[in-house]
Amino acid sequence: MLKARVTIQLKPTVLDAQGAVVRNALHSLGFHSVENVHMGKCIELDLAEGTSADEVDAMCRKLLANPVIEQFQVQFSE
Amino acid sequence: MMTRPNAGRQHDGVPGGRAGRTAAAGAEFPSPDPAGFLPLSSCRWGVVVFPGTNCEYETRYVLGTVLGQPVRFVWHRETDLSDLDAVVVPGGFAHGDYLRAGAIARFSPVMEALSAFAAAGKPVLGICNGFQVLVEAGLLPGAMLRNQSQRFLCRWVNLRVESTCSPFLAACRPGQVLRMPMAHGEGCYYADPETLAAMESRGQIVFRYAERDGRVTPDANPNGSVGSIAGVSNAAGNVLGLMPHPERASEALLGSDDGRALLAGLLAVPDAGGTPAFPGSGAGNEAGA
Repeated sequence: MLKARVTIQLKPTVLDAQGAVVRNALHSLGFHSVENVHMGKCIELDLAEGTSADEVDAMCRKLLANPVIEQFQVQFSE
Repeated sequence: MMTRPNAGRQHDGVPGGRAGRTAAAGAEFPSPDPAGFLPLSSCRWGVVVFPGTNCEYETRYVLGTVLGQPVRFVWHRETDLSDLDAVVVPGGFAHGDYLRAGAIARFSPVMEALSAFAAAGKPVLGICNGFQVLVEAGLLPGAMLRNQSQRFLCRWVNLRVESTCSPFLAACRPGQVLRMPMAHGEGCYYADPETLAAMESRGQIVFRYAERDGRVTPDANPNGSVGSIAGVSNAAGNVLGLMPHPERASEALLGSDDGRALLAGLLAVPDAGGTPAFPGSGAGNEAGA
């Protein structure tokens, strides 16, 4: 089964308030080595054999991510 | 519904109630009562209903019963809006708000018809989730982020009218402050600086969160929206979206009737029937008052 793992995160120019809260929580627990936290979501797609990377890219642009505020990465695996 | 002096007249009846959601595209409008108490021209309204919409009844109530306008529900699978003069996309959680608020709803069949409706210059108003849907659909600029506090916030807010470029704001004055409730978790408005500058120059930023006296302060911004923006319009002005709920502030009994100024705005446009008057013309408070 061909799988695609889509990772969606806010663009660096958009304030990631959730990430800031989690970073502060880690600091308050003593994990001062954490400089920044970037939150996001992960979507796994089970794909028909032969699905092209271009098609997955189109899925991301059209629906899975909002290009106004988000960026995405796709990793394929068998 | 509350008893009103004219409560005997029901203008909002959709035959079969929720059946109006089914195949009843082009459902007949009840005629507004000619002896109605409101000196308004008639505007045939549609209220879009997605699975998960939850503000359609109060929106229909305000348009139909309070404002005396013909109004019907538009189920999200309908594709013919030719019998309508104006459309409201009301609040709720369309398609569960899965993925992002409005992300799935924008691909509902009605949205193609709504895009054509908007492109033809006809008025479209998005309230709360409806605003999110219009933004996702690209009918309005920008995008919505989760509230900076990461919490769902339900509270009264004050909106300062920034621009009256939209026909919905024909009954409002720049600087006027409208008080109405908001209730959302994903209402932190975002647009990049270039988009914001273009919007500003065209008068597309129509509402900002403000103090009661009209000052725009960080404390008055409940969700972290860029520029304290609470509502925007498209460049032409006929599509307008805002996060707070004017339909929940359309009768004094509810704590404010300022929302009526917005919902009745279209009816104050001279082209739409003469007198720029709307019910409760004292709605809103001057900044500084």
